[in-house]
Parts: sequence; C-alpha cells; structure tokens
Amino acid sequence: MTEFLQQLINGISLGSIYALIALGYTMVYGVLRFINFAHSDVFMLGAFVGYYAVRKWGIPAGGVAGGLLVLCLAMSICALIGILIERLAYRPLRGRPTLSVLITAIGVSLLLQNLGQSIFGANPKAFPRLFPEANLHLGQLSITSNQLLVIAVSLILLVALHFIVHRTKTGTAMRALSFNATASSLVGINNDRIISFTFGLGSALAGAGGILYAMNYPSIDPLMGTMPGLKAFVAAVLGGVGSLPGAALGGLLIGLIETFVAGTGWSTYRDAVAFAILILILLLRPAGLLGKSRSDKV
Amino acid sequence: MLPRSQIVLLISLATAGFISAFSSRIDDYILDVVLGIGINIILAVSLNLINGFTGQFSLGHAGFMAVGAYAAGTLTTGPGKAWIAASGISPAVLFPFVLLAGGLAAAVVGLAVGAPSLRLKGDYLAIVTLGFGEIIKVILQNIESLGGSRGMVGIPSYTTFFWSFGAAAITIYAAWALVNSTLGCGFLAVADDEIAAEAMGLNTTRYKIIAFVTGAFFAGIAGGLYAHLKGYISPAGFDFNRSIEIVIMVILGGMGRHVGVVIAAVLLTVLSEKLRDFGDKRMIVYSALLILLMLARPQGLFTWKSARKAIAG
Amino acid sequence: MKRFLFNPLPFSSLLAAVCLSFTGCKPADSGGGPQDTGPGANTGKIRVGEYASMTGGEAAFGQSSHKGTQLAFEEVNKSGGVLGRQIEHLLEDTQSKQGESATISKKFISRDKVVALLGEVASGRSLEAAPFCQEARIPMISPSSTNPKVTEMGDYIFRVCFTDPFQGRLLAEFAQKTLKARRVAILSDTASAYSVGLAKYFKDPFVAGGGQVVLEQKYSGKDKDFKAQLTAIKAANPEAICVPGYYTEAGLIVAQARQLGINVPLFGGDGWEAPQLIEIAGGKALENTYYSTHYSSENTDPQVQSFVAAFKARYNGETPDAMAALGYDSARVLADAIKRAGSTEGPKLRDAIAATKDFPCVTGRTTLDASRNASKSAVILTVKDNRFKYVETISP
Repeated sequence: MTEFLQQLINGISLGSIYALIALGYTMVYGVLRFINFAHSDVFMLGAFVGYYAVRKWGIPAGGVAGGLLVLCLAMSICALIGILIERLAYRPLRGRPTLSVLITAIGVSLLLQNLGQSIFGANPKAFPRLFPEANLHLGQLSITSNQLLVIAVSLILLVALHFIVHRTKTGTAMRALSFNATASSLVGINNDRIISFTFGLGSALAGAGGILYAMNYPSIDPLMGTMPGLKAFVAAVLGGVGSLPGAALGGLLIGLIETFVAGTGWSTYRDAVAFAILILILLLRPAGLLGKSRSDKV
Repeated sequence: MLPRSQIVLLISLATAGFISAFSSRIDDYILDVVLGIGINIILAVSLNLINGFTGQFSLGHAGFMAVGAYAAGTLTTGPGKAWIAASGISPAVLFPFVLLAGGLAAAVVGLAVGAPSLRLKGDYLAIVTLGFGEIIKVILQNIESLGGSRGMVGIPSYTTFFWSFGAAAITIYAAWALVNSTLGCGFLAVADDEIAAEAMGLNTTRYKIIAFVTGAFFAGIAGGLYAHLKGYISPAGFDFNRSIEIVIMVILGGMGRHVGVVIAAVLLTVLSEKLRDFGDKRMIVYSALLILLMLARPQGLFTWKSARKAIAG
Repeated sequence: MKRFLFNPLPFSSLLAAVCLSFTGCKPADSGGGPQDTGPGANTGKIRVGEYASMTGGEAAFGQSSHKGTQLAFEEVNKSGGVLGRQIEHLLEDTQSKQGESATISKKFISRDKVVALLGEVASGRSLEAAPFCQEARIPMISPSSTNPKVTEMGDYIFRVCFTDPFQGRLLAEFAQKTLKARRVAILSDTASAYSVGLAKYFKDPFVAGGGQVVLEQKYSGKDKDFKAQLTAIKAANPEAICVPGYYTEAGLIVAQARQLGINVPLFGGDGWEAPQLIEIAGGKALENTYYSTHYSSENTDPQVQSFVAAFKARYNGETPDAMAALGYDSARVLADAIKRAGSTEGPKLRDAIAATKDFPCVTGRTTLDASRNASKSAVILTVKDNRFKYVETISP
C-alpha cells in the first residue's frame, strides 16, 4: 500500500509538469490548429535561462525571492521568444497548407536544438538550486518541496489561464478566433495581436515548465525538451486538443500511467506505452476525453 | 521493345555494374562515401513517396531502415547465417534476396504501423511515426540475440557499388512508375485535397497505406545495404536524427519531385563529408534552410520548372 | 494498376540475370594490406589518427580523452619524437553518431596513411572501426572501450583500460567484502551496451559468491525520472543498489533515491566519473556512494601528480578525469611501441604493442595480455564533503 501511495505521489508530480507543457500545446492548437513543434524547445530554453540567470548573470538563488525572480525572468524571456518565432516563422505562412506550417515548426524546433547544442554545449549541465529545498516525510511516504511546488504552480497557472480565457476580453477574442478566424476579424478583433498573445502565453507556460522540470531533474541539456514535449503532446491529445482542463487531466493521466508502468518492471517500455495511448485515443476517440468533436469545414 | 523508362533503368544498372567491376581501384574512403550516396538516394526517394507525392508526413523512416538492416543482418550474420551456409550457395549471390527479405520485413512493419495511423491527419501522423521510430529502437535494444544495445557486429561487407546504385536505380524507377500509374493519381489526389478525394469515392486510406508500405519497403532495402556497408549496426544509430536527415533531403530537394530529391541526396551526403569539421554547425544551417525554404521557396531548392504539382506551394 | 503490376515481370527476370552476371565479375575484396608507401617510408612525420566523439551526446568523454592524447603527443614531440621523427596527430570527430567511425577509419587508412588509430571512448564506435583496421593490418588502441567484444574483433585491436567483466567482478567483490551487502538491487540502462554488460558481469560473480539480487529494474538513457523504479526498489528492501550507468543518470538516481528516503549505499562503474556528478546529485546525497574507475587524480604517485600538473598547465587548470588519463596512456603506449618496434609497419608495430609489459601508465602499470586487454588495477572512489575521495585500490 505504501508503495502504491508513493507511486501515486510520483505520478502526480510528473504528470503536473506534463500538464503544464500540454497547456501550451493546447492553447496554440486551439487558436491556430497546428502543432507547435518548437514548444518543447522553448521549454528547454526556459531551463537554460534559469541556468544562466543564476550561474552567469548573478541572480542570487536559493531563497524564495531569488527563485521567483528567476521563474518570472524565464517566463518573460520565453514569452518574447515565442512571440518572435510566431512573427518570423509562422505568420508569413498563414493560409498556406498545414504541411508547410508543420515543416516550418519542425525546422524551428531543430534550429533551437542545434543552436542550443552549439551555444550551450551538448554536455548535460547541473541546474542550480533555486528555492530552499526540503524532504517531507509522512510515515513511509516522502515528497520533496520541489514536487509540491510543481503541483502548486501548475494548479495556479491552470486557474489563471482559465480565468484569462473565460473571463477577460482578450480571452473572449481568443475563443472567437478559435471558432472562426474570418468572422472574428469581421467583428473587429485584431487576429494578429491575439495570436501573438496566445503564443506569448503558451511560451511563458513552457518557460515555467522548463524551470520546474529542471528543479526536479537538475541535469539540463539542449535536447531535454524532446521527450517531455512528446509526452505532453500525447497528454494534450488524450485530454482533447483545445481543451484546457483536458490538457491538465491528460497530463496527470500520462504521468500516472508512466509511473505505474515503470514501477512494475516494464520500465523500458514506458515511452512506448505513451505512444500506444496516443494511437489508441486517436483511433477510438479522436476528440480526446474532454474535447468536443468538430468536423472540418470543406 | 521495352518502354523508354525501362531502357533507362537497364542502362543505369549496366553502368553501375561496369563501375562496380573496377571499384577495387577506388580508394576505400571514397568508395564508402559514394556507396553512402546510393543508400541515401534510396532513402530520400522512398520517403518522397510518402512525404512528397502523398502529402503525408512520416518522421520514422529510420525505424524502417532499422528493421531492414536488422532483418538482413540476421540472415547474413545472426541466426540465419547457419541456414544460408547449409544451402551451399555463396552468400554474396544470395545478397539480393537478403536485401529483399529486409525490405519485406520493413514493409510488414510499415503495414502494421500504417494501417491504424494513416487514418489520422498529417500532423498526428508525424507524431505517431516519430513515436514508432523510438519504439523500434527500444524493442531492438531489448532483444539480446540481436546484440541488444551493443549492436550487431561483424556483418560482412557485401554492399558493392553495383548493389548500392542498382538498388537506387530500381527505387527511382519504381517510384517513378508508381507515381505515373493509376495508383499515383490516387496519391496526388490525396495530397491535393484529402476530403475532395474522399468525396470522389477514393479510398484515401488505401492509397496512403500503399505509399507508406512501398516507402517502408525501400527504406528496409537501404537498411540492408547500410548494414553490409558499415559492418556494424546498433539501435541507437537509427534514431530521430537519422529520420530528420532523410526528411531534410526530401524537403530541400522538393517534395514530390524526383530529380530534385536525388540531387539533394547526393549533395547533402557529399557536403556532410566535406564539412565534417563543422559537424554541429551543419545542422544549424540545414534547419535554418528548412524554415527559409518554406517561407520563400516551398517547391524545394533543386526544382526549377514548375512540375505538374507543387505539394507545398 | 494491373498494367503496372504485371509489366515488370519479364523485366525483373532480366534484371536478375544482369545482377548475377555482375556479381561474378566483381573481383574479390582487395583486402587492403599494409601500405608500403606511407608509413613504411623513413622520412617525414609519423601520422597517427585519433577518432573521438568531439560533438554530440557523448562529447564530454570524447573531448576529455582527446585532451589527454593531445598532451601525450605534444610531450613526445617536444622530447624529440620517436625514431627521430615527429608524430603528426590527426583528429576526426565521430559526432557521437553511428556510421561515422567506419568512414573515418577508412579515411585514416586509405587517405591519410596513418600508422595506427587511437579511439574510441564508446565501445559501439570502436566495434564499428575495428574490422577495417584489422583488415588493413593497422593497429588500433582504444583508450576506454570496456566492452569485452572490442578486442575480440581481431589481433590488431588493443585497449589500455580494464574490461567490463573485470570491473563487474571487482564491484561484486567490493559489495560483498567492503559493503557487506548480501541483498542488492540493480538499476541499469537498457539503451547503453555498457550498462547492460556491466550489470550482467556484476550479477554473475555476485550471485556465485552467495549474494542475492532482489530486484532488477531498468531505465532508458536520457530518462530523468527514476522515482517509479526506485520506489519499487525501496519496497524490495535491498542492502545496496548497483547503478551501472553514466553520470548524468547516476547523479539523478542518487539524488532521487535519497529524496525517497533510501539511505543504503549506491555504487557503479567508471561511467560515474565526471565532475558534474557532484553538481547534479549534490554532495550530501552522494555520501555513502562508491564507484570504480581507472585512476584517481588524488593518487600521490609522482607520475600521476606530474601528469595532473602538466594537464592543468596545458588546459587552464582543468583537473584530468579518467578519460583524459586513458587518452594520455593510449598515446604513450603507442609511442613506446613505435620506439621498440623501430618501424611503423603494421605487423611489426602490432607485435610491439602486444609485447607491452609493465608499462608505467598514469592509470597503473599496464601489461597487455594474450587477448590484447590491459590487466591493471582499479580504484574505488567515494564522495566526502563535495569532493571525490579515494577508498581503495583493487588489483586484478
């Protein structure tokens, strides 16, 4: 029983990070209907901003204030990068076939990875401690303060996002744009501005995810985004692409499934299981668990 | 009288054979690079069937290459070795059948992967094939009898100039013939507009699967050639980056163009050898080129006149 | 469609005929053979080719090893070279990629006419280049490929490090004698041949010696989360955990094990060797962990200390790790063999390398045995107060 509960904790904390990344995928997909492959590399950049902020730019780490400063810094730099990527690479392609956009997205992702390898170096780097750390023990169970922080930050950001999308003017515009881009521009919505905002928001989430991931797994390298990115993508599809609560649910489920698969001796197939889930969900329920199915207009 | 295209094929096969007869005079290093070019042509042309003509997007081509390489390697080096020895036929003569077996194995796996996932739209297919490539790697790593993660050692060097370029010529011919057949029209229809094609009564999934399985088959052949050129294969060598290299050849050459893709395969192979010292900078240039191409020249670098169809345009 | 399917039939039989006829024409493999123009000539520089992973995923090991090799050849050249000739040290980058080593070894042999090859760190890439060196009868010395298969590729293939079976046996002995552990769990990396091999070579002698492996768990290289496996291991209640992987994962595994409240010793092999291990895991988590490696920079032996000093002077105060030391040794063993052979011809050089006996390497006195492996001692290190600390030396 203890083992089961411990695995539950492990799964939830891993799943929260997936959820955080999946939120970014879902938001961009909801607005532009395409998979932003570069999302997982913005996630990687977030971790490296944290690394450089502490190691090179001399932001004091280890305290709550310094940690929060690094987190905010990573989120804003990633938001800027996200907006820049959209402006330079995706915007000129709007209205082109999906395949062109997909290839561009893969190109951006590869560019970030390879620039990262040449600028940061391919060797893994040790991520500094950002926040005060403690191990909490509850009988036989244990949880670290970082794990709690990840869960808390994910929850806060989920609620904040929900508020932005459903309670603000910009959020209403986002939903309108996602529903019908032509109609939204007819009613006076500046589509370009909304899309930029969405990319910025999604990338800020990725940046936060990168920092939180690096805090839990303090070994960062330029290719670190690929696997969590893929898992988060599977999570987004599982929950229903375009649905915020769906992404969170999907992330948690993938984290739990993976943990239990790994804990029962099938650990080498944990990645395979995620992809098997993806294929199954796409075949059986393409709209995902919480998504609404909609047919493509011809 | 054979049709013109088949005459061209025969001539190129004969040329390959002729050069092959003198390949012992070629420096080992140059030969290695040149044979690599043939293999890359096969990979790029076969991927072009899927990503170019049919407008799908596979990111798992290296996975099929791995299946072919391991299947062929098993026959000449692994458990199949004794069986071949018992047949009493020289293994070098059996080599084309070994390659064929590799191709068939890859085709079967291609069918298994493609049948469920090709009902999905383009970007989902990209992720599923990417995942498939990873899964193949994990499975191979866990099969001890194939060497596991240590890889398969001591594969004999049967790949000659003739086999590399003969297979490349056949691949180009097959791709050309397929695209210019009734099936090919179906591919193009799927690439053009899947929904319209379906509305016209085409079974789009069937066309996609045919293109996918054919592509996988030739990737398997290329894998067999690769295994018998390098003499050593390991699961880690057929990773996502290998798939991406092939994708880049197809995109730079021009998706859905034969000549451009072949030129790109040749040029990129030679360039990666020439620019060996710039190993890590090379990929930066390629990925930047990928983005710039999509923005400015979606038909590819090496395509000048507008063919009957520009998929990305 | 019918037309397409049936048309090629006569054509393909024709094709098969053409194929077979050309197979007949193809002359037998030229076989290479020793190059008599390049290395045999007694003038000019002696060329040695090193192939290493300077970029890509395993760049850390390749770069380290290369620095050692470079330093050794610079020293040899400064002291007048060998046979009165300078050594020209060529380097090619394998980019940590499969397929490159084969091409590079062909390039070195047929183009650059090197007298010997040095490389690679990773066993997989050594296995790839070895057949071509063997065929061309050019000796190859691997600095740090520990997989036993490497030197089995032929009698021109050598190594200056110990092998995985030796290291596994040593770890088993260490676990039983020093740690007094009878129940051990293993957490190995299926993506790495090194890790899978070392796990096996540890397990066999450990079980034979009366130990019990309570649980075997696996992960896949580049994984970051090991808590699921570690939770299962904790439930099995072992007295020690064997982690035969590389430092990136080992560091995370140690840190996560301590977070889960696993306080038993963890131990591994030379893959742990890297300064980043302490940064990733944290010095406190690493207490009560051990790993075996080729040498310790804290060894007070004057030869080791002068190597460490020379290395620091050459590379901005960097402390040489085991890979650097082995790279250094591989180059010195080769230079010594060229001197003793009095020639750079493949077969003579091979015999001279094979006759290496009690050569004073910085990683210990090295003798190459009949199967071309180095038999030498290993050291066990631990971490105390954020520093690597020498525990003991185990002789073969």
